[in-house]
Amino acid sequence: MMTITQTKTDSSLTIALDGRLDTTSAPDLEAVCKNGLDGVSELTIDMEKLDYMSSAGLRVILAMQKRMLEQGSMKVVNVNDIIMEIFEITGFADILTIE
Amino acid sequence: MKELSLDATVDNIAVVTDFVNAELEAIGCPMKAQMQIDVAIDELFSNIALYAYAPGSGSATVRVETELDPPAAIITFIDRGVPFDPLSACTPDVSLPACERDAGGLGVFLVKKIMDEVAYAYRDGENIIRIKKRL
Repeated sequence: MMTITQTKTDSSLTIALDGRLDTTSAPDLEAVCKNGLDGVSELTIDMEKLDYMSSAGLRVILAMQKRMLEQGSMKVVNVNDIIMEIFEITGFADILTIE
Repeated sequence: MKELSLDATVDNIAVVTDFVNAELEAIGCPMKAQMQIDVAIDELFSNIALYAYAPGSGSATVRVETELDPPAAIITFIDRGVPFDPLSACTPDVSLPACERDAGGLGVFLVKKIMDEVAYAYRDGENIIRIKKRL
């Protein structure tokens, strides 16, 4: 179960995730990646209320990062210890801009 | 020991997670270990749901056992689908830049890293995956 809250100002978009980013919820975020990033040059993913993430979530985060490399920038903020460890194990800590 | 048998579907990942979490909470499992176990459940049960019986469907059994000294949780996933050892999958290259990365193979890799033991066996027509997490 995950709630996605989007806040857009001009070409900046913040996506706040609340819950678990897993096999069940990843398609919801994938839909945002496919349909909601047109014209976005600054993307912030706020993980303050995200409990954890599995590889299904990593797959979507990677797709978003690849897309934003082409059209602007992306940063991930408020990452908890569990998710940070997952980013480190999988090498995502080197790929993503984490603040 | 507690055991749950159910249809191997993606929708049932949440049911399995709730079932295991109830057992973990009963023994005072630390939150971090619980969430890591939840990640492992998502990886392993989704694999069963998506691939074990494809293109058909089938059931799976999830068993939870706990050890006290030292404290540990052991979760076993059993299905009767096509024989498949998920631990035999290639190790992903986690050092590539974003543009060259794909997310294939990350799930089982992650499970191996965040669990203390991961074992696979095929016995009597059953795929048996057992994970152990020290608490």
